[in-house]
Amino acid sequence: MSAGRWSAGVIPYAEMGYWRPDYRPKDSDVLAAFRITPQPGVPPEEAGAAVAGESSTATWTVVWTDRLTSYENYQAKCYRVEAVPGSEGQFIASIAYDLDLFEEGSIANLTSSIIGNVFGFKALRALRLEDMRIPPHYVKTFQGPAHGIVMEREYLGKFGRPLLGATVKPKLGLSARNYGRVVYEALRGGLDFTKDDENINSQPFMRWRDRFLYCMEGVNRAVAATGEVKGHYLNVTAATMEDMYERAEFARDLGSVIVMIDLTVGYTAIQSMARWARANGMLLHLHRAGHSTYTRQKTHGVSFRVIAKWMRLAGVDHIHAGTVVGKLEGDPHSVAGFYDTLRLDRIAADPVKGLYFDQDWASMPGTMPVASGGIHAGQMHQLLHHLGEDVVLQFGGGTIGHPMGIAAGAAANRVALEAMIKARNEGRDFLAEGPDILRAAARHSRELEVALSTWGDVTFSYESTDTPDVVETHVSL
Amino acid sequence: MTGRPAFGMRSADSSADETPAEPLPPDARVDLARERAESQADEVLDSLDRDLVGLAPVKTRVREIAALLLVDRVRARFGIDSGRPNLHMCFTGSPGTGKTTVAVRLAELLHRLGYVRKGHLVPVTRDDLVGQYVGHTAPKTKEVLKRAMGGVLFIDEAYYLYRAENERDYGQEAIEILLQVMENQRDDLVVVLAGYKDRMDAFFASNPGMSSRIAHHIDFPDYEPAELEEIGRLMMAREGYRLAPETVPVFRDYLRRRRARPRFANARSVRNAIERARLRHASRLLAAPGEVDLAALTTLLPEDFLASRVFE
Amino acid sequence: MRVTQGTFSHLPDLTDDEIAAQVAYALERGWPCSVEFTDDPHPRNAYWEMWGLPMFDLADPAGVLYEVNECRRAYPGHYVRVNAYDAGYGRQTTALQFIVQRPAVEPGFRLDREETSDRRVRYRIHPYALDRPQGERYT
Repeated sequence: MSAGRWSAGVIPYAEMGYWRPDYRPKDSDVLAAFRITPQPGVPPEEAGAAVAGESSTATWTVVWTDRLTSYENYQAKCYRVEAVPGSEGQFIASIAYDLDLFEEGSIANLTSSIIGNVFGFKALRALRLEDMRIPPHYVKTFQGPAHGIVMEREYLGKFGRPLLGATVKPKLGLSARNYGRVVYEALRGGLDFTKDDENINSQPFMRWRDRFLYCMEGVNRAVAATGEVKGHYLNVTAATMEDMYERAEFARDLGSVIVMIDLTVGYTAIQSMARWARANGMLLHLHRAGHSTYTRQKTHGVSFRVIAKWMRLAGVDHIHAGTVVGKLEGDPHSVAGFYDTLRLDRIAADPVKGLYFDQDWASMPGTMPVASGGIHAGQMHQLLHHLGEDVVLQFGGGTIGHPMGIAAGAAANRVALEAMIKARNEGRDFLAEGPDILRAAARHSRELEVALSTWGDVTFSYESTDTPDVVETHVSL
Repeated sequence: MTGRPAFGMRSADSSADETPAEPLPPDARVDLARERAESQADEVLDSLDRDLVGLAPVKTRVREIAALLLVDRVRARFGIDSGRPNLHMCFTGSPGTGKTTVAVRLAELLHRLGYVRKGHLVPVTRDDLVGQYVGHTAPKTKEVLKRAMGGVLFIDEAYYLYRAENERDYGQEAIEILLQVMENQRDDLVVVLAGYKDRMDAFFASNPGMSSRIAHHIDFPDYEPAELEEIGRLMMAREGYRLAPETVPVFRDYLRRRRARPRFANARSVRNAIERARLRHASRLLAAPGEVDLAALTTLLPEDFLASRVFE
Repeated sequence: MRVTQGTFSHLPDLTDDEIAAQVAYALERGWPCSVEFTDDPHPRNAYWEMWGLPMFDLADPAGVLYEVNECRRAYPGHYVRVNAYDAGYGRQTTALQFIVQRPAVEPGFRLDREETSDRRVRYRIHPYALDRPQGERYT
């Protein structure tokens, strides 16, 4: 230990019992994988122990009051530290936390414990929470999704294909009456859902109550025009819980099937809304607004796969989880890991997908991932290949920007989707033959034909910043 | 979206994108041997020859049917439409003459030649088809037919479907549904009726509609004593047993006696005889003191057969 | 109008061969299929009439096509759909559902509005077909 870099009073955490290479995690332990970048001269084991200590019982010096407790049980244990291949100075520290450290069913408490203090710790240059294993013992204390994927499908009567959505554009400035027009056109054209954007709350140009009234007029007109259940994610995000409940109750009374909140409302508000959504028979959509501030950089912050896990526990039915092919960040393997985390019941650790631990959801229903941002009908084969069937594909610009109008844009997306599902089920190699399948479908759909000629070649090919460590991520799309 | 085919129309070309293959020109030539090799039908025929003792007339008929179907396929490529051949069959013969075994191979053969899509065999008897009360039979029969689609439905002792003494018997309902499907869904399944020859003849006499829908009648003769002996040897070899030299004439005598007794069931009786001999062999080994060697564990002695009632 | 419930309602109506291909996909996954019919296509009408029980243990789609055609014959003017069920653990629900017959004319739905207080409107979706008694709706 290079004592020179350490001022007096800082205790080696490793010696305080936070470094336990012999420890074998219990089935009931909460496990966390941190990517640590220690300050020069700090041994990685000490850094890992420090993270364990600072995220559990330790303070900067020994306190005699520790000796009034059975502190061994409350100490988090860093039981493994491994260098990250190819990234000098970075290590993955695996830390086990006894279940006793956490309040039942509280994301706020879980996160205050695990990421509460430690990210500002001076001995580390950077720290990232990569993944967590939530044991079934703890999973079972959470409500989980208000409805989940299976119930949502039965509720909507929509099976065997991804759902389709669109965010109303422009984001800002539409009057309530004009806004509802977009909802009606997109839904009658063939989409299942339309959506408020994350920052559509209750601004001077359009107050929430007016928006809700006009949107539901559009939704109901579209239901009558198609004979299908349709919905608009009415964003109830607001300054206080009282406001959110008021808006959500109004949405419920108008007959909406779904409401929406933003990640920015905070974990406790999300859990409250999940409880409310289950009690009131409403689907709950979550926009992950703001997440990139802490999920995107590879060395510091919290990985989105952890946020995804927390949000499934917290109980949302939908969450935006990346598109792979669209305009927003999303490495294919990492996104596959997010989708697995949200949808499957038992997930095996898989370094290729960035999954550090086995995760057993103990039958907790799945959360429907939402793919949104810069995607269009011409990518349908890629979207189906990467994202599978249980997903909401949201084509905002790809619907509203259609030269023949919004309903035509919606129809183009629906035709493309159904044609691709049909081809897949017929056993065709839909990824390779995707463009041919779409062109063939366009022969009986002018809407799709125009969509393909408008956006056929648009792609967003940039290097992802958040990628798993183990693989080259050159994926040909 | 105009010009779409109406619902309920069975369209010949499922995807309008694919043009049906042009018929071959009249002066084209087709290599039959290659066609035959590509169908891999010979593997099934050869295994039929190899694995089943005797049954020469049956094997010949199956080969003839295979040849007909193969040539029909080639004719179709020249545009000669002789219609889908009727493939429903009747297998007659005593129990244990190999009817079910041949039916399994037949299903595989028809699959390889492209006349059924899956090639599975669904063996049933009257109880699987006929219900106990009003309205029970039709769903039962249809369920069996649907399970058999894509393969071969094998109805053992089919004549039990018809009970002349009871005109309100539900079997008649099953027969009517069968006839309808045998006629209308020829592409979807092949029906094989099986049973004793005389009873089958009586059944057809009372059900001319059924008789006329059966294209191939194949008779399974009883096995000759030498064939039964060969069957027995094959069965024993498969299970790791052999006859001691002095047991061979005893086994032969056993078969001769058993064949003359009532309820003789050909290969099935041979199988039962061997099963009983195995029991006696095991008891004999346990009753004797001392150690056993491999020869003792695998060799059947005369007393293992002589204890049988046929020697009384 | 065209009721767009089901997985393939935005495509041209499926031919029997195309239906068979979809059923084959379901059977390959071990999903039993069933046939249902209705003359009330209200989007909340979850329970169409069952045309027999779900068909278990089929090897080939022909059995399902057979029942589809029997159902069409019996109810030529009704909506008919095919369902495939996934009994897999954690799923245990419909996996695929598509319409295989629709009435020659689909009158669609009337949207009734009841204006209540503070600008709220109560909506009711009313299938025009329901104006006539069951059995006479699409004749």
